[in-house]
Amino acid sequence: MSATDEESTAPRSGAPAPLGFPEPGPPRFDSVADVRARLADVGYLADDGIAGVVYLADRLAKPVLVEGPAGTGKTELAKSVARVSDSRLIRLQCYEGLDESKALYEWNYKKQLLRIQAQKVVSDPGVEATPPPAGDGRTGVHDGEVRSGVAWRDLEEDIFSEEFLLARPLLEAIRSKESVVLLVDEVDRVELETEALLLEVLSEYQVSIPELGTVRAERIPLVFLTSNNTRELSEALKRRCLYLHLDYPTLEREREIVLTRVPGIGAELADQVARIVRSLRTLELKKYPSVSETLDWARTLVVLGVESIDAEQAKATLHVLLKYRSDLERASKELTAADAKA
Amino acid sequence: MLDVLTGFVAELRAAGLPVSLTESLDAAEAVHHVPLEDRDALKYALAATLVKSATHWKAFETAFEVYFSMRGPQYDIDGDEGTDAARPDENGETPPGDGQGRRQGGGAGEGLSAEELAEMLYRALMNANEAQIAALARQAVGRFAGMEPGRPVGGTYYLYRTLRNLDLDGVLERLMESARHDAPEGRLTPLEERLARDEFQSRLERLRKEIEDEIRRRLVADRGTEALARSLRKPLPEDIDFMHATREELASLRRAIHPLTRKLAVRLARKRRHGRKGPLDFRSTMRHSLSTGGVPVDPKFRYPRPAKPEIIVIADISGSVAAFARFTLHLVHAISSQFSKVRSFVFIDGIDEITRFFETADDVADAVHRINTEADVVWVDGHSDYGHALTVFWDRWGDEITPRTSVLLLGDARNNYHATQSWVVQEIRHRARHVYWLNPEPRAYWDTGDSVVGEYAVHCDEVFECRNLRQLERFVSELA
Repeated sequence: MSATDEESTAPRSGAPAPLGFPEPGPPRFDSVADVRARLADVGYLADDGIAGVVYLADRLAKPVLVEGPAGTGKTELAKSVARVSDSRLIRLQCYEGLDESKALYEWNYKKQLLRIQAQKVVSDPGVEATPPPAGDGRTGVHDGEVRSGVAWRDLEEDIFSEEFLLARPLLEAIRSKESVVLLVDEVDRVELETEALLLEVLSEYQVSIPELGTVRAERIPLVFLTSNNTRELSEALKRRCLYLHLDYPTLEREREIVLTRVPGIGAELADQVARIVRSLRTLELKKYPSVSETLDWARTLVVLGVESIDAEQAKATLHVLLKYRSDLERASKELTAADAKA
Repeated sequence: MLDVLTGFVAELRAAGLPVSLTESLDAAEAVHHVPLEDRDALKYALAATLVKSATHWKAFETAFEVYFSMRGPQYDIDGDEGTDAARPDENGETPPGDGQGRRQGGGAGEGLSAEELAEMLYRALMNANEAQIAALARQAVGRFAGMEPGRPVGGTYYLYRTLRNLDLDGVLERLMESARHDAPEGRLTPLEERLARDEFQSRLERLRKEIEDEIRRRLVADRGTEALARSLRKPLPEDIDFMHATREELASLRRAIHPLTRKLAVRLARKRRHGRKGPLDFRSTMRHSLSTGGVPVDPKFRYPRPAKPEIIVIADISGSVAAFARFTLHLVHAISSQFSKVRSFVFIDGIDEITRFFETADDVADAVHRINTEADVVWVDGHSDYGHALTVFWDRWGDEITPRTSVLLLGDARNNYHATQSWVVQEIRHRARHVYWLNPEPRAYWDTGDSVVGEYAVHCDEVFECRNLRQLERFVSELA
């Protein structure tokens, strides 16, 4: 399939009339509070914004585009939602050069070849064993053509059937009978043109296969797209999605996250960790410590048996949080030299 | 509700957000699914459907506060305060005893004296009592802002007046003092000190925000939604004019510049890897045609040579373009990490090379500071003289321009009626690959007054108007 096929389907998908729109299936969540409570059960602390968007995504049957700095739990959100809604998580990791044979579907070329070979063997067992000389083949041309015409049509129908279709993540998510959470990870890594592949799936929840026709979703999957914002996504994609910006959490939320995700941490240490990380984020750094790095740091401190951090210990373990030398220097200077500044 | 929503969408569009028809339909549908009495839920529902970029969030928030403030639960409380707000003087004379009684109810004392208010504020901040902070913010606005109905001043004026009276710096010092007092040995370690300061600062920030909200609420009540939305409308980050950016806007621009160069780098790398459309390799094609009897069946192409542009940046950092220049330096620094060879020069009436500052300093802010203090850019009087600066550049560094060099000139070309010496640009043009001029002034002002950009423009490949990030981004992508 070429790019022109994509273009011809794209305008149609913008139409509001839900002609043959798949059944959304029973809602996965009762209310925003329900989303929150259930996510909290699996250790994902959502704030009102996150829970609200997840709830809306389920109700409106729209994909969610999650954007934000690295390590703020974008992927984790999709995983957690899959876990609480008893859905299968299907993940499509995007990378540069991703094409439809990796994202949508592919014909199982080898199996098709095998099938053709097998057909030959079955229909004309002698041919395989002793290939006839060129002169021999010409004698029965007329009869052979009619026969092979019918056989060919049969064969064509046969080898372009579902049996020979290799479902890649997007098609798999559409075809699945059970509830599915589809995670399209780091969608900003694919080229602008490849994004078009996603459009039909995201707005109509269907995949068009020229040889087979259109495959509609049995049950609308809950779709999460994550982006690290290395480039602007196309308007067409953004328009089809609900948008959620995941930023660094507030002090309180970060403290709670540390408390839930790091076993054996004391309330005091968690509080200190969260506060120091917040202080660091106010500095001008090349890369701000992410939530996952905060958790790593908290775990480090727990392993080291620290109960309450002082400046020296903080300095000694800062390399878990900060990954640039200039950042490290600046942070340790700032953390210990507050007196001079005040 | 529908009316409010369409009005709100219209306002977002007026503020520059690209809201499509489908998105507003989605918003209308989303609103059905959230409880309307929950203001936060409504906010997130609208945000998720209407705002598709993190940089637009602030504009959305402002519009939301204006359009949906009157329906907020707090509005009941302001209802009776609205009249007080108009008469702050009277309010001040109310006997303090009256306030004591009311303070119990909801914590919003009406007639406290200024000292009492300060004291309560201090205590509320100390205990991080959010409800009380909010109530006191309302109180402070009523007392200090001196709002007059129908007066066409912006919210910032009232904000300034309120904050001046509250003396938040003093409060912060007091908070720190007591934190030190509470510490075991009467003093804090530097780390604790810093953490405490950050904590108090974030609480003060919350207070500030409460005050802002309150002022906005009152303005809405006074002037009506649409008029206020219009006056509060601020340009989106990508539309901020470099020349007239405020401090905060500049800071947000600086943050935006880093992703911009990262995007540029990604795009460049992709172009290098995937651009397989090199020119025909004649020799190789002929060689391979031997196998087909001299018929060139299979044309061979050269791999494109990745362009490794050398860039020379010459920037005006005189007073007239100061804001732009500071920003430019950040941009130059960011660019220099992406291109193999970047040399940068700054000038006012003298010119100096600043590449070394960027090479030695890890930190942009440091480098910029050193450039501003150490670079030798003043020749006579410190008023821009493009002619002299360019002549000196040509004499000292002109030989280093090669056919691979792209020269970027940044400045408004306001020459204080000195000689333009535009022959230098012409010479540069002959020797270099490209010469571009980026002018931070609106096109309409070019060649008015002492601006001589036209004289240079004839020798440049192109002159770009570069007033905001959007234009800059477009230029950068064309360059790449």
